[in-house]
Amino acid sequence: MKEILFAILVGGSFGFILHKVGATNPNKIVGFLRLTDLHLAKVILFAIGFSSLLLFILLAVGLIDPVHISVKASYAGVIVGGAIFGIGFGLGGYCPGTTLAALGAGRKDSMFMILGGLVGAWVYVLVFGWLETNMSWLFDKIAGGKVSLAVTGNDAYPALVDGMSGVIVAGVIAVLFMGGAALLPNKLRN
Amino acid sequence: MNSSWGWLKSGIILGLSFLLAVALVKPIGVSTQYVIADCFIFCKLKPELAVETVNDDGSKTYSSSNAYLNKSKGKYVKKTLNIASYGFIFVLAMFAGGFLASRLGGPRVEKEETWIPQVWRDNLGSSWMKRMIGAFASGFFILFGARMAGGCTSGHMMSGMMQTSLSGYLFAAGVFAIAVPVAIIVFKK
Repeated sequence: MKEILFAILVGGSFGFILHKVGATNPNKIVGFLRLTDLHLAKVILFAIGFSSLLLFILLAVGLIDPVHISVKASYAGVIVGGAIFGIGFGLGGYCPGTTLAALGAGRKDSMFMILGGLVGAWVYVLVFGWLETNMSWLFDKIAGGKVSLAVTGNDAYPALVDGMSGVIVAGVIAVLFMGGAALLPNKLRN
Repeated sequence: MNSSWGWLKSGIILGLSFLLAVALVKPIGVSTQYVIADCFIFCKLKPELAVETVNDDGSKTYSSSNAYLNKSKGKYVKKTLNIASYGFIFVLAMFAGGFLASRLGGPRVEKEETWIPQVWRDNLGSSWMKRMIGAFASGFFILFGARMAGGCTSGHMMSGMMQTSLSGYLFAAGVFAIAVPVAIIVFKK
């Protein structure tokens, strides 16, 4: 029951926030990708840096338990899949999550995006076995797989920079992200 | 009426939402739920796609006739057969969140925007059919790619880079290397 309440609370506020920051608007996403309106680029860079800094501080002082950390594996398919994702992202201006909040806000083309997404995900489910056999390089791990740059304190995920405290490594990266967000102009092209 | 937030306020609040998710439960991830929804539908037609076995000691194991769904001890099967749990309720709540945001202070989606975004209309015309085919194709590529990559914007890019996961940076590099030229070529104005 607690789990369901958290899902409603966190999912609901996430959808709400995505709309308020402009991420549900394909015009804004396309403007970001065309480099003509970098509002969302600034938002995302800052959000990543800010949340990362707080996360590693809270991990360091013990207010967040490292069991909540969940690092995904690195393998060639992450890059290839990202590139395939990029085709659709550049074309449609939605993400898997933003399209859900966008539909709630009244963008009805999201229904077709979601439908296409359900079909695309299912086609992947069906071809996965073939890819695993015939294109096994896609699943070759990079740098050991489930790794982070900074030490998180969760031993399941080795850190690439493990001689230094996680909060310092993550802190430097976070400052670069937040600084980048502040310095980025509103547009790079007209 | 445009009452969306400025970039700094947006960045802070969006960042806090990702942090809240990790602090309370686990990092946000959306694209998995498309597989769960598919599996929920197709396992009605083909029950061997989602099999729950109760062991002698009362514990349950999950498996599937499909290689992908069978991965990681059948975690997708488990989530499908227990669909009223965190991940799926989370994405349903996202619809509601988007709805509330548009009604409580906005910005409202303008009438001419409801089916075809302005940038699409300016570049590719106002054919309804064309935009719906485009949206469908875009969704297809996005979710096919996200499943190959093992996550999407929320899981890899935001939650991943927040935790300094190597995979998050790799995913972002792959996405922007293609999405930027595609958007520049398709949308000239």
